[in-house]
Amino acid sequence: MLVNQFLMLGAVLFCIGVYGVIARRNAVLVLMSIELILNSVNINLLAFALRNGSADGHTFALYVIAVAAAEVGVGLAMVLLVYRNRKSIALDELAEMKG
Amino acid sequence: MLSSLLSVVAASDWVSPTIDYHALAPEIVLAAGIVIVLLVDLFTSETNKWLVAPLASFSLLGAFIPVVTIALSDNTMRELFDGRYVVDEFSLVIKGLFILAGYVVVLISTDYLREGDYYQGEYWFLVLTSILGMVMMASSRDLVSIFVALEFLSIPAYMLAAWRKRDLKSNEAGVKYYLLGVFASAIMLYGMSLLYGIANSTLLTDIGETLSSEMTSIRALAILFVIIGFAFKVSAVPFHTWAPDTYEGAPTPVTAFLSVASKAAGFVALVTVIYVAFPYASDVWQPVIWILSVLTMTVGNVLALRQTNFVRMLAYSSISQGGFILMPLAVAGEGTTGQSALRAVVVYLMLYAATNLGVFAIVIAVARKTRSGAIASYGGLFSYAPGLAALMTIFMASLAGIPPLGGWFGKFAAFQAVLSAETNWGYAIAVIGAVNSVVAFGYYGNVLREIWMRPVPDGDTAPVVIQPAIAVALGITGVATLVLGTLPGIVSHFGDLASLSSAFSG
Repeated sequence: MLVNQFLMLGAVLFCIGVYGVIARRNAVLVLMSIELILNSVNINLLAFALRNGSADGHTFALYVIAVAAAEVGVGLAMVLLVYRNRKSIALDELAEMKG
Repeated sequence: MLSSLLSVVAASDWVSPTIDYHALAPEIVLAAGIVIVLLVDLFTSETNKWLVAPLASFSLLGAFIPVVTIALSDNTMRELFDGRYVVDEFSLVIKGLFILAGYVVVLISTDYLREGDYYQGEYWFLVLTSILGMVMMASSRDLVSIFVALEFLSIPAYMLAAWRKRDLKSNEAGVKYYLLGVFASAIMLYGMSLLYGIANSTLLTDIGETLSSEMTSIRALAILFVIIGFAFKVSAVPFHTWAPDTYEGAPTPVTAFLSVASKAAGFVALVTVIYVAFPYASDVWQPVIWILSVLTMTVGNVLALRQTNFVRMLAYSSISQGGFILMPLAVAGEGTTGQSALRAVVVYLMLYAATNLGVFAIVIAVARKTRSGAIASYGGLFSYAPGLAALMTIFMASLAGIPPLGGWFGKFAAFQAVLSAETNWGYAIAVIGAVNSVVAFGYYGNVLREIWMRPVPDGDTAPVVIQPAIAVALGITGVATLVLGTLPGIVSHFGDLASLSSAFSG
């Protein structure tokens, strides 16, 4: 089976996601990068479930999808909150507190 | 893919699991309380909204009753769902800690919220939900339930940090906490997916057995990712950058909640994973925890020394305390040290919770009068609020680890565990910890100097009004700090937890 290729895809997506979180300054793009990491987790889980022939990975992936949706809901609400108050969602401008 | 899933499901005969409702009673009571709090807030008129806060505290106290009854029953080792959800002595002690800490947080929030710029009942709903997640975390022994419990406790906490919607600092606190928290759980999940692939099971005990064979690089990577995920949660250096900003920007009761309960939940998850899933992989995580612990206590201390804002100083102080809690874990895999390291972590968490919540109760009471967060605004506190000044002295001395106060015994247990390992790494970290606890006197002493020796900055010596709820919170935390320090036998009794540490002795 193509398990190794799936794992490779997962690893690549993970790296792109981590790069995006670190390098991007736009809050929505950072959120999307985090989603990429979560999707790489799902790909990993499904690939392993396929290889091992157990249902645990499928269940885990469903939980990850559901929780990720809840997380993004909160995250977008928070980005909206910041946008209303500052008219900008650039993360490097969020520097009220220092030290 | 679906066909493979269906074939797996069809192959096993579905048996409905037997559920021990007594073991689940704390969670059920709390869940019922959450629904009641939400509905009451929704359907009562503006004049009756005060009802919600007492309801929240009653549902916490109600959830505490089954914790006690399970502890007093003959059977304190209850496994549910094939050992994926375990109610044992460790989880009972931790559940009690979370519920009582949540109760104190509700007490110190009541008047703060009522006098804030606006009132919203969802606050209680979010606090209770987060506590339910923590209570579930204490029992989780499976990757899926640990992940769900972690998100359960984190997502409401993100919203609580951004509670003051029109305040730029609070927004910033929420966004930073959210982004780094979600990033950390994503990294942790990647590690968990690798662990699942290695062990072909999400059950922690199965993972522990699989890891006992050989150590490959992919296994080490999985362990590393999971530990990094929890290191964010407990704000261990170098994953601490969110903590000072979030603690300063969030409303003060929320900061108290995050720095005590949320942090403790991270430690509980870390301990569970290390003791149940990684007991045979100590070659991998011991050096990681050692480095994290040393960095955390040192960097936290050094940065705390130069703070002028009291809450921000407390944030760095809590980072540094986190380093001390990590310290015994750095040697937990050496011989029979596992038992005493577990006891040290549990004892330290309890004493730290009591002391730190007390400090925040005083901060809320004093800031109500001075409207300032600067350490200098505490100047001359003794002259107009001698009671608060005396309590603050007790709490600061406890955080610094002066006998016979609570924090001293926590540090004592941690050093005892580290030294009992009798390894060079253990001795080295003990020396670094000792130096750091001396450095910590610098900033704790600075607060005491302001309180006792400096003049009142604006000359306003009107007494501080202490509301009843804050007074009760101060009473609970003050008594806990004093009694647990002078009679350490009480608290160390809670730390004798055979069930979780059995993996190390065997």
